[in-house]
Amino acid sequence: MLNVSHISKTFNPGTVNEKRIFTDFSLHLDPGDFVTIIGSNGAGKSTLFNAIAGDFFTDSGSIEVNGRDVTFTPSYQRAKHIGRLFQDPMRGTAPHMTIEENLAMAAGSGGWFSHMSRSDRERFREKLSQLNMGLEDRMRQPVGLLSGGQRQALSLLMSTMNPPWLLLLDEHTAALDPATAEKVLELTQKVVAEGKITTLMVTHNMRQALDLGNRTLMMDNGGIVLDVKGEERRRMTVDDLLDQFKMGAGKDLDNDRMLLSE
Amino acid sequence: MSLSLIQTALELGLICSLTTLALFLSYSMLNVCDLSTDGCFTFGAAVGAVVVLSGHPLLSIPAAMLAGACSGFVTALLQTRMGINSLLAGIIVNRALYSVNIGVMGGKAQLNMYKTTTIFTMVRDLLKNTPLAGMNELVIALMAVVLVITILALFLRTRLGMAIRATGDNPDMVRSSSINPVFTTTVGLCVANAITGLSGCLLAQSQSSVNSDLGSGMVTIALASLLIGNTLMGKGSILFRAVGMAVGSFLFQMVYSVALRLNMPAFMLNLMSSVIVTLAIFVPYLKEQLPILRRRLTGRGGEIAC
Repeated sequence: MLNVSHISKTFNPGTVNEKRIFTDFSLHLDPGDFVTIIGSNGAGKSTLFNAIAGDFFTDSGSIEVNGRDVTFTPSYQRAKHIGRLFQDPMRGTAPHMTIEENLAMAAGSGGWFSHMSRSDRERFREKLSQLNMGLEDRMRQPVGLLSGGQRQALSLLMSTMNPPWLLLLDEHTAALDPATAEKVLELTQKVVAEGKITTLMVTHNMRQALDLGNRTLMMDNGGIVLDVKGEERRRMTVDDLLDQFKMGAGKDLDNDRMLLSE
Repeated sequence: MSLSLIQTALELGLICSLTTLALFLSYSMLNVCDLSTDGCFTFGAAVGAVVVLSGHPLLSIPAAMLAGACSGFVTALLQTRMGINSLLAGIIVNRALYSVNIGVMGGKAQLNMYKTTTIFTMVRDLLKNTPLAGMNELVIALMAVVLVITILALFLRTRLGMAIRATGDNPDMVRSSSINPVFTTTVGLCVANAITGLSGCLLAQSQSSVNSDLGSGMVTIALASLLIGNTLMGKGSILFRAVGMAVGSFLFQMVYSVALRLNMPAFMLNLMSSVIVTLAIFVPYLKEQLPILRRRLTGRGGEIAC
């Protein structure tokens, strides 16, 4: 489903700020895979997502999604098939527009000059009621009035409205309070399972990394130091994971948030 | 206060409110401060006047709007495809239009339409012997404003209109909706400048002349009107806010007319609009800073015990 092959990327080449993120990095995902990613600070997790989503073009290598080469496709075109959630709940929604307008933008149905129809509204209402947040009765309110958790749940709904081929979740529950984070995570699992969406999720919670999905990657310094799935992964504990990381990366895992959450 | 004073303020306010509505689209919706407004206003006026003088008063309207849209397209091109900062793009186009406008007017800095048929003389003849006689300027201006507000309010609720609003609100979200923000910015600026062009065209015809400085200061006047409108009617539906733009423009012209009546020299207009723009932006900012300012003035710590 996703085929990242031999990409490399250097930011600010030829300056004192030159930063080589990837050298010959490859990653392959099968259809329906739900892969969790953990890694130290600056390992390149978000940069990998940015490369897949098309925020920048890689210096070499290619990226394929569902058999289509998207290496030089601009991000807004990739967005048709790649859904994305950020840690910051504010990034996925337009605050001064109403809930239903945000959903209509995400649905993207109809021509340029079409207005929202009654059936559109009914569809949005039904989708919103699945969130159990009472948002279906606030459809004409600006999104800016919602809490972070509500906005993130709405963003999730928006990015999966037209089921994408690939869903990128970049610590999308990290900025939420524990109860809301739990709820958004439950929703995520439900939506992903229903649509059988291939998913990549960055998390700082090691427990979560092992419990969710079918495959776990550990990244360090622009490379994959550990890749586990199947039986091996099922038997793994958080301590095993830390040990394995040390073996793979030759150092202790240093992720501030990860240490704080354990 | 005489009735004619109010009527003049109303006519001018209505015609200028079209430019305010244009900024409502570019400044409030797209979040682009379009500094090409002055030049574009004159551009619409000049193109309109040339078409009027060639004997086609009705054609002057679409011609001026098309001219405005072209100018908006160039501004958009500069900022979206050529890496030029959006403020600078506006300034560059504004400056370039100064030459273009004189070129359009055949190398002259002024054109007169006293002896030609304009839209205003046409409507004046139409309204002869009706109760509306002598109100031709008001009728045309009102019709134009009502039309533009209606179309704009409808447009901003279409998918394209929503995408334009979202571009000013959160471009990331537009991209993730598979829409290119470059496209929405371009369309938004074209539409906004078409309305600015219309505004200039109507003003020139209402006063039967156009000169190369007609639009100078328009951007601050329109911004001042927009901010007045926002303060009074800034919250609510798009339609309500758009009507607020017209109300803001009328109030601005009212204040100006009254100030003139109180012997303020006419050349003070630009200073006045600048002061209004500054105050309208500064006062809400000050309100936000006030609690901290107060705390610092009343001694360290304030209510929070150290």
